[in-house]
Amino acid sequence: MTHQEALLTYTLRLADNPLILGHRLGEWCSKAPILEEDLAITNMALDMIGRAEALLRYAAEIENEGRTEDDLAYKRAERKFYNHLLIEQPNGDFAYTIARQLFNSAFEFYYYSELMNSKDETLAAIASKSIKEIKYHLKHASDWTKRLGDGTDESKQRMQAAINDLWMYTGELFESDEIEDNLSTIGIAPDASALKGAWKTYITDLLSEAKLQIPEDAYMQTGSRDGIHTEHLGFILADMQYLQRAYPEAKW
Amino acid sequence: MENIQDSQWPIWEVFIQSQPGTPYKHAGSVHGPDKVIAMQNARDTYFRRNEGTSIWIVPSEAIVASNPDEADMFFDPSNDKAYRHPTFYTMPEGALNI
Repeated sequence: MTHQEALLTYTLRLADNPLILGHRLGEWCSKAPILEEDLAITNMALDMIGRAEALLRYAAEIENEGRTEDDLAYKRAERKFYNHLLIEQPNGDFAYTIARQLFNSAFEFYYYSELMNSKDETLAAIASKSIKEIKYHLKHASDWTKRLGDGTDESKQRMQAAINDLWMYTGELFESDEIEDNLSTIGIAPDASALKGAWKTYITDLLSEAKLQIPEDAYMQTGSRDGIHTEHLGFILADMQYLQRAYPEAKW
Repeated sequence: MENIQDSQWPIWEVFIQSQPGTPYKHAGSVHGPDKVIAMQNARDTYFRRNEGTSIWIVPSEAIVASNPDEADMFFDPSNDKAYRHPTFYTMPEGALNI
């Protein structure tokens, strides 16, 4: 694999997380528990779509075959999507969405803090812009986790169920493969495995403050780096890509 | 004030400052179970388009409003006091922004 191919794959991995999460969060539009939360979640969805756009544009530039960021978003097949499995999990109830946000935002906080120092100037610049958004997303998810965990019996039970259900998708965040290892060696990609300790400490402290139990590490589901997904991604793509598939080159 | 039953969280009044040094202006109100979440809600509701640099939130119940029934006593007496406006002197030549 050439350096160009490796950088393209890596940039797509970075881009697909905010792209898919942006669509997931967008599904809350008009359905959140309270109007203010509706705005908060869709604001975060827009943060995600903005970041995805910047990363996909860079991916298209690296690929240099005349495709645009829209082509990459709307005309790529499922097996060519590399977002983490955690990201594509359904919204569930509000607690479920908050748990997904918490795990992902905490990971992104540590990951993007490192990515800001990337030797790749474009990725470093995108990371520097994104980190402010990520800090807010993490605060939002953390504050809600504490309130739901230490709230009523029902909110506690729902929050704990969400934490338990999504735990099996957190192992994958800290994996890497040859592509990422090589890019880490030359200072472009952060070493994800080195961030696991800090992430675990943050989550453990927060869950304990929220009076929630941290799950035991057991079986961890994986596959996204090879484009292997859970059954949920296909449905998102069907929604997201329908228009361009049905009416190619449609504009609005 | 009428006690209108609200099934949602307490209401907070939101004041935003568009730039440092300028007065805070009332932007509207949000719901929030406590001040941390209310502050986030204020940010997410009123700060989406670069509106400013600082936020105050105040529990709505802490706002004391003047009584509309007393409006005549409160406000009418100042209607005819034109001499209270600083308009009875000539502007020095060349001073544009006093």
